[in-house]
Amino acid sequence: MPTDEGPTGAVGGGTPLPLPLHTRRSALGAAAAALGALALGLLRPLTAWAAWNQAAFDTKDVFQAIKLVGAGNAEPSPDIVINAPEIAENGAQVPIEIQSNVPGTETIYIFADKNVQPYVGNFTFSNGAEPYIATRIKMGETCDLRVVVRAGGKFYVATREVKVTIGGCGT
Amino acid sequence: MAEPIRMRIKLNGEVADVRVLISHPMETGLRKDPGTGEAIPLHFIKNVTVTLAGKTVLAAEWSQAMARNPYLQFRVRGARAGDELAVEWIDNLGESNRATGKVPAAT
Repeated sequence: MPTDEGPTGAVGGGTPLPLPLHTRRSALGAAAAALGALALGLLRPLTAWAAWNQAAFDTKDVFQAIKLVGAGNAEPSPDIVINAPEIAENGAQVPIEIQSNVPGTETIYIFADKNVQPYVGNFTFSNGAEPYIATRIKMGETCDLRVVVRAGGKFYVATREVKVTIGGCGT
Repeated sequence: MAEPIRMRIKLNGEVADVRVLISHPMETGLRKDPGTGEAIPLHFIKNVTVTLAGKTVLAAEWSQAMARNPYLQFRVRGARAGDELAVEWIDNLGESNRATGKVPAAT
């Protein structure tokens, strides 16, 4: 495997784990995957990860999802800066950029209100990482992007509407 | 075999600005194969971990609503030239990938 590690290069590659493929998630599949990942040196020890919040990811109601991540009492905050296109031409690739200026930000959670399953994902920052992330998400239709921040054990929220011309969840 | 993770790292003072591009279909399970009409199974990255000089800096949990071929940009304060940055992911089928890069000299 080449080891070119210049600033614009990457040492890449990896091998799929020698696990049977499951096309449906199952407790066994998830446990095997986690153990395999641990063997790869991947991820933290299992105890360091909070249990996967399947209920929050599955729910079709954004406010239920927010409650399930523990942020039911999130207070609106002007210190969460969301950059997203006013109109997203391609709902399958909506570029978003979030900067949290809430002191002590630990985690940013992203929701798209009208996605079939609104909980898009979360990012936790530590050891010098700034509470900033730019990424791309799928949005099914015009709706509010709802961003929750966990800081010092409390939750904050901000929203920004994104108009979507061609929905991205089924493409 | 997963395609290599691509990354670009710049050091501005003590802040490493990192851009990562991961190859992954991030299938929602809702798309139908145009040929067979069958639904393409759910296949998406669930966890991403980034370490710098051996310490976790970013940990993410994702749903299938993250875009195909996920792109990430983030910043880490306290980085130094020569530090190794490692990006790893694992998906719902147990596949995973890992790549490393070195923080270059400050620009």
